Amino acid sequence: MAKQYVSTTINGEPTEFLCETQQTMLDVLRDVIGLTGAKEGCASGDCGACSIQVDGRLVCSCLMLGVEAEGTSITTVEGVAQGDKLHPVQQKFLEHAALQCGFCTPGLIVAAKALLEENPNPTETEARYWLAGNLCRCTGYDKIIRAVMDAAAVMRGEAA
Amino acid sequence: MNYIDSNLKVVGTRPLRPDGVDKVTGRAMYSADTRAAGMLWGKILRSPHAHARIVKIDTSKAAALPGVKAIVTGADFPDIPNEEAFVGEGPMNFRDLARNVIARDKVLYEGHAVAAVAATSSAIAEEAAALIDVTYDILPHVIDVEAAMADNAPILHEDMFTVGVDPKPTKPSNIAKVIRFKKGDIDAGFAAADVVFEGRYTTQPVHQAYIEPHACLATANADGQVTIFASSQGHFMIRAYVAKLLAMDMSNIRVNPAEIGGGFGGKTLIYIEPVAVRLSQKSGKPVKIQMTREEVFRGTGPTSGAVVEVKLGAKKDGTIVAASQVLKFQAGAFQGSPVGPGAMCGFALYDIENIDVLGYDVVSNRPKVAAYRAPGAPITSFGVESALDDLAAKLGMCPLSLRVKNAAKNGTKTHYGPTHANIGFEQVLAVAAKHPHWTSPLKAGHGRGIACGFWFNIGGESTATVHINEDGSVTVATGSPDIGGSRASMGMMVAEVLGIPVDKVRTTIADTASIGFTHLTGGSRVTFATGMAATQAAERVVGELKKRAAMIWEISPDAVEWKDGAAYPAGTNAGQFEPLDLATLALRAARTGGPVNAEVSVNAQGAGAGFGAHICDVSVDKETGHVTIERYTAIQDVGKAIHPSYVEGQIQGGATQGIGWALNEEYIYNDKGQLENPGFLDYRCPVASDVPMIEAVLVEVPNPRHPFGVRGVGEVPIVPPMAAIANAIKGATSIRMPDLPMSPPRLRAAIDKAG
Repeated sequence: MAKQYVSTTINGEPTEFLCETQQTMLDVLRDVIGLTGAKEGCASGDCGACSIQVDGRLVCSCLMLGVEAEGTSITTVEGVAQGDKLHPVQQKFLEHAALQCGFCTPGLIVAAKALLEENPNPTETEARYWLAGNLCRCTGYDKIIRAVMDAAAVMRGEAA
Repeated sequence: MNYIDSNLKVVGTRPLRPDGVDKVTGRAMYSADTRAAGMLWGKILRSPHAHARIVKIDTSKAAALPGVKAIVTGADFPDIPNEEAFVGEGPMNFRDLARNVIARDKVLYEGHAVAAVAATSSAIAEEAAALIDVTYDILPHVIDVEAAMADNAPILHEDMFTVGVDPKPTKPSNIAKVIRFKKGDIDAGFAAADVVFEGRYTTQPVHQAYIEPHACLATANADGQVTIFASSQGHFMIRAYVAKLLAMDMSNIRVNPAEIGGGFGGKTLIYIEPVAVRLSQKSGKPVKIQMTREEVFRGTGPTSGAVVEVKLGAKKDGTIVAASQVLKFQAGAFQGSPVGPGAMCGFALYDIENIDVLGYDVVSNRPKVAAYRAPGAPITSFGVESALDDLAAKLGMCPLSLRVKNAAKNGTKTHYGPTHANIGFEQVLAVAAKHPHWTSPLKAGHGRGIACGFWFNIGGESTATVHINEDGSVTVATGSPDIGGSRASMGMMVAEVLGIPVDKVRTTIADTASIGFTHLTGGSRVTFATGMAATQAAERVVGELKKRAAMIWEISPDAVEWKDGAAYPAGTNAGQFEPLDLATLALRAARTGGPVNAEVSVNAQGAGAGFGAHICDVSVDKETGHVTIERYTAIQDVGKAIHPSYVEGQIQGGATQGIGWALNEEYIYNDKGQLENPGFLDYRCPVASDVPMIEAVLVEVPNPRHPFGVRGVGEVPIVPPMAAIANAIKGATSIRMPDLPMSPPRLRAAIDKAG
């Protein structure tokens, strides 16, 4: 089958790629473009390890076709830090020890960033429900929630 | 040297982990992230049947598909003889392992690997696998443990005769093994009891559900040398098992430890690595295999489901005088359930005069079980800790007081042999009794439960190296895959010994060709055993640095003292010299004897056993049967917390896995023995909105057998939750839930039944 040409923007860089029509955006990112930060945990939209933002919206890249990237602006975990400056969510994940194996972490970082862009002042319950699409099997979520709440405070300019 | 009561500067603090930035930016390389030039994609064909004889495998259509470069079946692998070896935490039969990796004459569970293909793309590999034509002769199957034990059950292995019964059986059985532990006189014990309580409990198999599916990349060269990138709990384990299953020399196999995306015991076995190696050998190209989530559920091991019968007898004052248990553990398709530790752990927490435990290891047509966090202990303790709660009620005693009264102490002889030493159970219970969660009034409609747990923890073989770099910074390498932050704790122990800031020390995980043998990451052994090796390597380096300083000062090494990262004259008699710090000594290393480094291998003994007590408040929605965990506190003796955040994390994560085990997780089979919920939507692990904050309370009773007092912490926290929650549900509803999971439909049915 002939491959499709797709023109998009990934992490601020204009990007072109060829993909097969049935290829998911996750496979395109990992196998065509070489951005392996988004992980495959389930390929069915249940674990959130492949989370990306498409035009700001939080998406499981395993549920999106590569061809759907045409004309969009995509952010992956590789585009969350600005140069050598970590995003507050990333910094707080480190400070709160909010990761153990780290495999769900890229998805959680992207999902938490998307949460705080939409709701800069979430309650703990709102944060827990927003992140309910991201499975973590190591941490029990305690330190993740603390990290996200702390990052929210920093981004609001309140915090320590 | 022992640092337990010394003035620690690094150990016990909370520095950022050295591999953290890689993991929050997506740069960390897990095995699925590895690539090789010219790489092929491997795909495994799995049995759709629970039990069947393989009559014929026709690969011709698959082989004819363009892009297919190699196909393997069981016939491409050596037929391994039936021999048992002891590896790590338990026995391993390599014939079973080989036949689990790829079936030979029979498939024993739905999902059992039958053949594999390597092709130029994953889509072609998948298409080719579907073109392999397997003719099966379908056999009757058996899923549940008691059905598998029945006389007329379909037999999985015609050559399996129950071990541990006298006389030796003449008929094959699905009961692989019977074990028994006895202490005292059980009949006399129950005769002397004033109150007796009996209960029967069941648990479901639950999967470790690491978020990273198994993946590997294997490259076989024409000269017989093989390189493997894989995520696992032990790259030396992969080397050993691949060598055994493919009859290769270990020196021809180099395994690189990719980052591991969770294991919890489930990555202490191999599944795909020998297959990838054979495909690479046949195709002459690197081959990558990564499982789908569905394959992980259908083809890899959960822990056992079980039937647990418990009988307890006590005096009126609460002294337990007799305790017995019958444990029936599913092993999956091959023997090797954790019934052994199950038989040891349930009563290991208590000082009981008369004990009798009988255990069965039973095969059935399910995936072969793998280790899961404190293997066997959560199952046995769900029964014992639930029964204790009902015994306390019968005695009119507080359930915590009953445990305090009977708690094991130093000197308590266990029913399986060893005598407890240096344990902290009484301290844990004392902290629980005073904890504000336990003493706070219960909210209306809530129920509160408490339960305890035990795990042995292990030590074993580990290797660590400490290198002083030319500028005085330090590199540490170990052979232990870092599954939850151990790079940080290794670096911290080394920094403490060397007396330097922790950010001067960087830790890596070395591959199998670059460091001495290190047993896998499991049994809560890494911080204990590998930490011991790292500490001793750092001490050896300090000894060498003192020699170098002595050489420069022309005094005896005994007259040199090492403190705060520098050599000092040990006293006024030693002479007057300016201190020589690490950077200076490193700079002068070439002129004082060469590079300064040390590699230390240990077989660490004296891993301190761990104890925990969990307190849980729940509310129950009586309309739906849904349980909400309102508050959760986990108290544990952690020896010494090297990095307290990661110790808390172990406890919080273990408790949350236990919450999933208690409330939701189960395998659902249809009448053909096929798994109906092989995905995260229907196999329901806890998500962030299912749980509250988990308060982890660290009780530090140092283990004198470790230089910093470490005891393992990762496994104990999954032991108490199931019973703690069941006991809390009993408190909220007056209903005893003896069967896991205590899911909404089941609880709702029990509420209806109770009227």
